[in-house]
Amino acid sequence: MPSNLISCLGDYTLKRVSYVGRMGQFLIHAVLAALTPPIKIRRAIKQIHFIGWQSMTVIVLTGGFTGMVLALQGYHSLKRVGSEAFLGPLVALSLIRELGPVIAALMVTGRAGSAITAEIGVMRISDQIDAIELMGLNPMRYLVVPNLIAAIISMPLLAVIFDLVGIYGGYLVGVKILGLSTGTYFGEITTYLDLEDIVGGLYKALSFGVILAWICCFKGYYTYFGAEGVSRSTTEAVVLTSVLILVWDYFMTAAVF
Amino acid sequence: MIQIENVHKTFESQPVLRGLSCEVEKGEFLALIGMSGSGKSVLLKHIAGMIQPDEGRIVMDGNDMSHIRGRALEDLRKRFGVVFQHGALFDSLTVYDNIAFPLREKTKMPESEIREKVFQQLDAVSLKDAEEKYPAEISGGMAKRTALARALVTEPEIMFFDEPTTGLDPIIANSILKLFKSCHERFGFTGIIVSHDIPEVFEIVDRVAMLHEGVLIKVAAPGEFLDSEDALIRQFITGSTEGPIQAN
Repeated sequence: MPSNLISCLGDYTLKRVSYVGRMGQFLIHAVLAALTPPIKIRRAIKQIHFIGWQSMTVIVLTGGFTGMVLALQGYHSLKRVGSEAFLGPLVALSLIRELGPVIAALMVTGRAGSAITAEIGVMRISDQIDAIELMGLNPMRYLVVPNLIAAIISMPLLAVIFDLVGIYGGYLVGVKILGLSTGTYFGEITTYLDLEDIVGGLYKALSFGVILAWICCFKGYYTYFGAEGVSRSTTEAVVLTSVLILVWDYFMTAAVF
Repeated sequence: MIQIENVHKTFESQPVLRGLSCEVEKGEFLALIGMSGSGKSVLLKHIAGMIQPDEGRIVMDGNDMSHIRGRALEDLRKRFGVVFQHGALFDSLTVYDNIAFPLREKTKMPESEIREKVFQQLDAVSLKDAEEKYPAEISGGMAKRTALARALVTEPEIMFFDEPTTGLDPIIANSILKLFKSCHERFGFTGIIVSHDIPEVFEIVDRVAMLHEGVLIKVAAPGEFLDSEDALIRQFITGSTEGPIQAN
């Protein structure tokens, strides 16, 4: 019985390790394909439109309300220690360094990442990927590289929009509702916000874009077992991408700031 | 042209191919027949270089498919055309763009020439009025004809057909098979077709290879199959439930 258990554990570990290896190999192949021509520019632009532009509504909505709730919570907390004047920096720094890149990435994962996995998954189960391969073409160039490029370009821009709308949302609550002055709100932001905060946030957003495209494409690319397989891959892609974004966020924060 | 030498393949301790050997001559049209699960599609994927054998090798014009990788494999595959079981058309592209896709991606042909070639193919498969339609808007028979046109547009030397008439009614299936035959005569490609359309497929091929439990039990001209006294072959061709093959 114990030897059986050890053998099962060993088998499970080997499978997991080889799976992680396959994921790593997939990313390397995708990056190599992205660095060597031909690049499918038209498809990349289409994906920028899909991942970036079509995520605007959700980013503006979540960004606005995140900034508003931050201001509301922050104001009452800061008031206890008599520091409500620092509401602006609190909202801005929280958004730019942390919440903007993370929440934007999670939102885009739910909206666009799941769709990317489902689309590639359906192409896998309906032999469309095999068809591309058997035409002597590299499917990575058509399915993965455009998404990778689009996510790398879109994510930092979406994070910036999230931050700006969030800061404005904080302004609406802090200044228009709670009575803080405009000068105090924005003045303190310019005092305490450094270029390093903005650049760090952009690096984070960019790396989250890579994670999103990598995991969502990988899960779609290795979809099997029909419609159920597509549904499973899509769920796994969203969960794994979200978890990896949060885990990676910790290491990025430790390294960048 | 294609040499299959003692090919073995096992999936999760289940042997699928057990020492297959066969040769396909240049310009020949070969049918692979056999029970479902006998290994026909797996063999086809081996020949196309999509699966590597555990043992043995497949040699195509001197290239060992087990060892060829990367750009060399991509270049070899540029000589292939494939018609899949369900067409495998790109559902985000119209019929026209599906057929134009390999020309746009594999060649540097100007768009005017691509247009001319696509219309030639559309004409050859009688799909002239469907060029603006998406795969979801056309019938199964039209999808198969589009897949054939897409496969033929680059004038491939080797064509693979993986159960191309699945899901079609007998009349359409027969017309599709006849279309394959006329295209074979016109373009002179080497063709391998996996099919359950028996005896219809016998009318379009030069030779038939029958697989049973991962082994090639007979490779011969269609006439020899029809006249065969072998109980296993007779049962399979007639579709009888009585005989050495047990229906699961």
